[in-house]
Amino acid sequence: MSQRGNPIGEVILSVEGVSLAFGGVRALTDVSFEVREHEVRAIIGPNGAGKSSMLNVINGVYHPQQGTIRFLGQTYHDMDPHETALAGIARTFQNLALFKGMSVLENILTGRNLRMRANLLLQALRAGPALREEIEHRERVEHIIDFLEIQPWRKTPVGRLPYGLQKRVDLARALAMEPRVLLLDEPMAGMNLEEKQDMCRFILDVNDHFGTTIVLIEHDMGVVMDISDRVVVLDYGKKIGDGTPHEVRASQAVIDAYLGVSH
Amino acid sequence: MADSLAGLDTFPKLLAHHAKARGALPALREKSLGIWQTWSWKRFADEARAFACGLAAAGFKRGDHLAIVGDNRPRLYAAMCAAQCLGGIPVPMYQDAAAAEMAFPIQNAGVEFALAEDQEQVDKLLEILPQCPALKRIYYDDPRGMRHYKQPQLAPYDTLLEQGRAALARDPALLETEIAKGSGSDTAAMFFTSGTTGNPKGVVLTHHALIDRAAAAAELEGLSDRDIVIAYLPPAWIGQNIFSYAQPFVTGYCICCPESAETVMTDMREIGPTYYFAPPRVLEALLTQVSIRMEDAGAIKRGLYRYFMALAQRVGGAILDGRPVGAADRLLYRLGDLLVYGPLRNVLGMSRVRVAYTAGEAIGPDLFKFYRSIGINLKQLYGSTETSVFVCIQPNGQVRADTVGPAVKGVELKFTPQRELLIRSPGLFKEYYKNPQATLEAKDPEGWFHTGDAGYLDQEGHLKIIDRVKDVGTLADGTLFAPKYLENKLKFFPYVKEAVMFGHGRDRVCAFVNIDMEAVGSWAEKRNLPYSGYTDLASRDEVFELVRECVEKVNADLAAEPELAGSQISRFLILHKELDADDGELTRTRKVRRGAIGDKYRELVEALHDGRQVVHVETQVRYEDGRTGLTSADLKLRDAKIFSPAGAKKAA
Repeated sequence: MSQRGNPIGEVILSVEGVSLAFGGVRALTDVSFEVREHEVRAIIGPNGAGKSSMLNVINGVYHPQQGTIRFLGQTYHDMDPHETALAGIARTFQNLALFKGMSVLENILTGRNLRMRANLLLQALRAGPALREEIEHRERVEHIIDFLEIQPWRKTPVGRLPYGLQKRVDLARALAMEPRVLLLDEPMAGMNLEEKQDMCRFILDVNDHFGTTIVLIEHDMGVVMDISDRVVVLDYGKKIGDGTPHEVRASQAVIDAYLGVSH
Repeated sequence: MADSLAGLDTFPKLLAHHAKARGALPALREKSLGIWQTWSWKRFADEARAFACGLAAAGFKRGDHLAIVGDNRPRLYAAMCAAQCLGGIPVPMYQDAAAAEMAFPIQNAGVEFALAEDQEQVDKLLEILPQCPALKRIYYDDPRGMRHYKQPQLAPYDTLLEQGRAALARDPALLETEIAKGSGSDTAAMFFTSGTTGNPKGVVLTHHALIDRAAAAAELEGLSDRDIVIAYLPPAWIGQNIFSYAQPFVTGYCICCPESAETVMTDMREIGPTYYFAPPRVLEALLTQVSIRMEDAGAIKRGLYRYFMALAQRVGGAILDGRPVGAADRLLYRLGDLLVYGPLRNVLGMSRVRVAYTAGEAIGPDLFKFYRSIGINLKQLYGSTETSVFVCIQPNGQVRADTVGPAVKGVELKFTPQRELLIRSPGLFKEYYKNPQATLEAKDPEGWFHTGDAGYLDQEGHLKIIDRVKDVGTLADGTLFAPKYLENKLKFFPYVKEAVMFGHGRDRVCAFVNIDMEAVGSWAEKRNLPYSGYTDLASRDEVFELVRECVEKVNADLAAEPELAGSQISRFLILHKELDADDGELTRTRKVRRGAIGDKYRELVEALHDGRQVVHVETQVRYEDGRTGLTSADLKLRDAKIFSPAGAKKAA
């Protein structure tokens, strides 16, 4: 990736000294890192390292006991899922959060929900402004469908699609929110090699084309090293590494965490 | 098609005519962002003229070649006509060809200008750039992903179009002069034949040849500007080009470009084409899908389907041909039409089809009858790139499963003593580009084209093709061996995707089989048979049994045909990988390359003939991104029962 559409810019999101505990279990301990605009930032670590917890803190699902989050110049002690979405943070889920009985198109349209202005009554009556708005939203969604190459399945109920495609629909739904920051929770989990390659291409394309800042959690080290600009490494809820893929790969602490170390 | 086309001897002149005569009628439709977008004939003409002026400004001259690489897209067709406006020659190329395969045509034709559909095609052209120094301009239609490409050769289609529009506004007469300079004897297009051996050959076709044949067939079928065609096969293939370029230019009908290769079925249902072409493999795939879905349907639906399909088999073809059928059957068929055939045609997107053709290879008689029996007017035709397609067409009411019909108006046929078919027709090609040797071999001084196909005319003057002349062989004992004929018989079973026969000069016939992943996969799931992929499924004993039954049914059929009873299939194996064009095993139009396969799997052929039970094999495969890898497997070889010509069963 020698060239990209949007050069990496200023810090857009920073996590400062976040600690999170569930009763006696410390999920995160004093974690700090920052994300720059337009970059692909990965959070990696062994199982139970606190990766998903970290995303959930940024996303406002969990409220940390300590620390703050700065997003677009605003400081939050804890985030609220609805507010974060309004502020421009969208996410996908490890175990998918789609409406299985609804079509691909309808699922992606739910991503536009936040941006719908017409009230329920107008929408129900399909009155002028609501109709115009719907056409506008549909067009946005069609661009995303085209972008992620899911045209053949527009009308297919999501539950009938193979897993790799459902993941793509989940990404499409998140993209429909036109987020500035996209949080991806294990976008490649459970995929075969071909699906992984497709997903990598789509993530890079999204980053390049829409300029979306991407924060992703991933198990597959090969994938992470290939597509990320910078990587944060967590282990037992603590940050043990932070830097370019090359730096992280060379770090002794990271090697120990992944390969184990004799005590 | 009431308008006179006299004097309109080139495609650009025809386009100008349509822009005037039916400027507001649709010429092209393309589904984009989920909505069908329409280009009228006027818009089509404007686009082609503007692009032509852009090309001219970029230095494109009379006689230059424009390579066009991509799927069916309105702008690619506009560019085709734009090149012709300037007296240039469009060279459509297969969009799924590997980069290396594209180098030869581009070098051979000395292509300087190319139009690529998207980033994927641009990448391939850039890859072969070092081997093709003459290639100086590459335009691209879809700008997605192209932002960071800085090669000086590249420019977007839109930019050239804008430049063309400006040039056209400055000097509108210039293009008119160029178009007027063109004549019917000019080269209209060049198509590279896939070729089973050696380098592909560039088939040079004139405006006159293409227009004459397109018009002859259109007249026979009564095509008009109200017809609709869906363009879903590669435009580099002469057939698609005739149906989506030459014939609409003659009749003024509308062609529709599907959204993507995967959406063709849906798009076809939405469009409802009236004139349809499908090679047998597509028809087969559709029928396989129908059969699989019917197996999953409820008991009542299955029963209805079975009952009415049996009725259709009996009387459907006769009703379509207008032959006499009893009143009771006619009434029942009506009911069947309401309950089964009509809905089925609708699902297939063929409700409005008036004329459907199949060609390219022999079609299984049962498959052919299936479509006709449910009221789809499917007919066979015979032709090739060298003949501008139309040589023989089955006229309505004279449709058979085993012939391809009588010669179309203007065509003369004759045969050599070896039964090779020779053709003389106004649609014949001018030459193979820069290949006088091959031209001389294919076209004799009296203008007869040697097709290489073996066949004969039956009592009614219908052409019947048996096989390629060079492939018709004999077993060691002199028995006639027509491999293609046997392969087609076996391939008609839904479980068999490809078959390759070996037997020439040997004492018995042996077969390679590729199973159909969809059909056999679904069959296996019903039996709770787990499998991890093609190779695994293909090695199952149960699957071998399944294929053996198919082979034995073929043998039983052959036993009833006196000339071919001696060439029954005695042994077979199921290949561990699917035959693929990328590995050089199929042509781009998916015909098996028997020679190449025989060489590549020589050991397997030997093993089949010498009676071994198991053989270990390692094969190189080429992935879509061009990398190669190895697959290996232990293959089982199986015997099949041979039937005595009388029909009595006998163990092998």
